Amino acid sequence: MLGAEDWTAIFLSLKLAGLTTVLLLLIAIPLAWHLAQTQGWWKTPLNALVALPLVLPPTVLGFYLLILLGPKGWIGQMMQAVGLETLPFSFNGLLLASMLYSLPFVVQPIQAVFSSFDKRLLEAAMTLGAHPLDAFLTVVLPLSKQGFLTATVLGFAHTIGEFGVVLMIGGNISGETRVVSVQLYNHVEAMNYQAAHGLAALLVLFSFAVLLSLYYLNRGK
Amino acid sequence: MSTIEAHFHLSLGSFELKLELQLPASGFSVIAGSSGSGKTLLMRCIAGLERPQFAYCKVKDTVWEDSLRGDYLATYQRPLGYVFQESCLFPHLTVQQNIDYGRQRIRLKAVREIEAVIELLNIGQLLKRYPAKLSGGEKQRVAIARALAVEPQLLLMDEPLAALDQAHKYEILPYLRRLQTELQLPVIYITHSPQEMTQLADHVVLMEQGKVRASGELQAVLTRLDLPLAQSQRASSVFTVEVSAYDAEFQLLYLQFSGGVLTVPHMSLPKGSQVRLQIYARDVSLHSQPPMALEAFNSLPAQVLAMLDQAVGYTTVSLQVGRELLLAQITRKTASLLQLAVGQYIYAEIKTAAILS
Repeated sequence: MLGAEDWTAIFLSLKLAGLTTVLLLLIAIPLAWHLAQTQGWWKTPLNALVALPLVLPPTVLGFYLLILLGPKGWIGQMMQAVGLETLPFSFNGLLLASMLYSLPFVVQPIQAVFSSFDKRLLEAAMTLGAHPLDAFLTVVLPLSKQGFLTATVLGFAHTIGEFGVVLMIGGNISGETRVVSVQLYNHVEAMNYQAAHGLAALLVLFSFAVLLSLYYLNRGK
Repeated sequence: MSTIEAHFHLSLGSFELKLELQLPASGFSVIAGSSGSGKTLLMRCIAGLERPQFAYCKVKDTVWEDSLRGDYLATYQRPLGYVFQESCLFPHLTVQQNIDYGRQRIRLKAVREIEAVIELLNIGQLLKRYPAKLSGGEKQRVAIARALAVEPQLLLMDEPLAALDQAHKYEILPYLRRLQTELQLPVIYITHSPQEMTQLADHVVLMEQGKVRASGELQAVLTRLDLPLAQSQRASSVFTVEVSAYDAEFQLLYLQFSGGVLTVPHMSLPKGSQVRLQIYARDVSLHSQPPMALEAFNSLPAQVLAMLDQAVGYTTVSLQVGRELLLAQITRKTASLLQLAVGQYIYAEIKTAAILS
């Protein structure tokens, strides 16, 4: 039922979502810890900034990225000056856009567990001879497992589902930027409804399975 | 004698901690005072968990912190054990792993066998359990073992019994006393329970609004008439006595000290053992004449050191009995009838006394 192009799109989506999630987790851990601990004036603005992709139309995000990263944007010009290829309409550009787009879905669950973390456990670890970083890795992280699971699942699923950003910054290049949602769009545009059904049903099943596992995980805690 | 020096100046909002404290580097030093007097803050400063504006902290021969010279050991570098009010065990680790956590991180080679600590606190049967499966008393015993396992040079305990009900308190107190006798480890212990203080303290620090109101040996602080302890309804004095004989027929223990011999109904204790005796001030009466020979139990010659009138008709008297200090609370009328004056020799009759250990 699924053609070779469909499979290419599926694997591309999985690769994009996987990489996006892993990179976002690495960024989200220090960012979420800082947001959970800081009392500085920048806490609230930073929180709002992280949450921005939740309410912004994806096309807006994509549009600004296109402007900034394109050959005439200042980031694009800097990249060209050091001999790098510009990012729009490439997998790397799509990866960067996806990370911005899914940022709140990864940061917020981790920030929530960090905020409710009992700081005395961290202090107890330090009185037992643990360097603060050591205490963070051996006490805070293992006890925040639930937040990481939620963040991973949400970040991954949300990236799979993106469409507007992809169209803006990624385009429609097979094997490079043509992800599942775009492939589905192509099928519909070509009036190929049978192929569209296959992909659409797959995405429904996938999304339901993701949410189901998430609710089971949260129930089990 | 080696000491612990703690000089801190720390402003937190409207609260100010400002003190210069010198404590013996041995035995139990109890820090007492009402809540909000800065006890916990002082302990956190010693542990390096707070960064005061001015700090000087020296334990025996090692300077842990000297803000004037820019010396600062981070908490994890200080050879201390810390027992929190709530046990603060790591919930994702078993009891054994909790105990090993600090042990795996100490730089110096482990000298003492951990088994001794596990046995001392009687937690051998709990090692495989997770903290969630422990009672409050068990949790605190594990927390104490975990703190001892790093072989600290100073043990800090912040109201370790406060979160426990009365029954569990009695479960832990004996372990704390064994700590005192079996480990040569200085302990700084926060409590606002007079009972824990009289049972455990060698040295007492009284705090008030971020400052040290009094600091000295337990007996001296208990019997200072200008302090709230001696002015309370439950004022008492505590001193150490030696078991000299036992009367099995009447189950009377004979206790000897520099001021004479006292008898207390009690079960038998080995002859020569040292026990701590607590005598409430209201259980002491004063007489100008020696008692008739037949009733001559628990009546000791004493000298009046100081007197202070309390509220509603009472006078508290501090007395020297042998080398020890004793408090008596009598009515103002009795004091007047006895024509009590500082320096006077009289007889103190002790109606009841409690053996603490």
